[in-house]
Amino acid sequence: MTSPNTVRQQVLVLYLATSALDAPVIGWARYDGTGATRPTTGDTDEPPYETGVAALEDGWRLIQAAPLIPPYPGAEHETSFLKHEFFFERLVAA
Amino acid sequence: MARFVAHGFLRLDGVVPRELNEEAPGVFAAGLPSVPYGTPVRKAFPEGSFARRLLELPAVAGALESLVGPDPTVDHHHVHTREPREGSAQPLHADALIDVRPDAFDVQLMYYPQEVTADMGGTLIVPGSHLRRTNESDTGRYQNLRGQTRLTCPAGTVLLLHHGIWHGGRRNDSDTVRHMYKIRFNPTVPQVRLWDTADLHDPAVREELRRTFAWYEPATGRLEVHNRIRLWRLLSADPDFDIEYWATRISNRPAHRSHA
Repeated sequence: MTSPNTVRQQVLVLYLATSALDAPVIGWARYDGTGATRPTTGDTDEPPYETGVAALEDGWRLIQAAPLIPPYPGAEHETSFLKHEFFFERLVAA
Repeated sequence: MARFVAHGFLRLDGVVPRELNEEAPGVFAAGLPSVPYGTPVRKAFPEGSFARRLLELPAVAGALESLVGPDPTVDHHHVHTREPREGSAQPLHADALIDVRPDAFDVQLMYYPQEVTADMGGTLIVPGSHLRRTNESDTGRYQNLRGQTRLTCPAGTVLLLHHGIWHGGRRNDSDTVRHMYKIRFNPTVPQVRLWDTADLHDPAVREELRRTFAWYEPATGRLEVHNRIRLWRLLSADPDFDIEYWATRISNRPAHRSHA
């Protein structure tokens, strides 16, 4: 049972063009702990922010940034997951 | 072919005639015949069958032969259905198992017998994702990427996709059920110069292969082009093919050359 005044977490994941937080957004995901919205795969073509810093300016708090990991020896030219992943949170009264 | 190597898929809009599109729902409702893995097309789909007639359409047959050559085998086939207002989308994924063959690729045909509008959950496809080394739905966290394709198409559209392409069935927010018929093909011959190569040295080929996409990190985008160079060298049987000297430069090792 939760109190009606409990604060809920909203999570925003931004994928940036470089490791810099002010780089352009190239991918994004959202998760809404309030249950008010149900973001999902392929639901919009336009990113919520143009850069990571723009999310900060709008009140999102950065809680995790992808570390810079050297490529595995012998696999320097292989491509895989997006490299520059930034997690943000916002706490909202639900 | 260069477009396929860069994008990871080809799109043939409205190439299937209306009669076949109208026949499709009944064929799907009746259930597809069972096809054991690795069955030659001629045996899997007898003359006159729905699938055989689909594959014999000139645009489809020509594109398939260019990609996987003559007499491919059928890996499997399946009808994918997105129910009206079902409430969820598939996570972004690549089919089957992480598949890093450098010199061969499977092709998946996706056929849409009905018009797919924006709210019907048309397939999400990420252009240029096919050479990424990721396993199945480990990419599920990526909800949206710049430049993604949220498929809308006229009835009778066929897509041909590299096995590694990131894709997913989107949430169907309409009141209409959406069907997609998928067949996966395995090549049985080396995929070397299987297409019309008359324009192999056209500058447009190189331009296509150096294309980048909006969701690429610029640095990784260079690696994507490098990896296309490697694939193109194999497909075109041209071991010296290059773009902006990228592959040649980093393989130049004078100490390893024979001086005999």
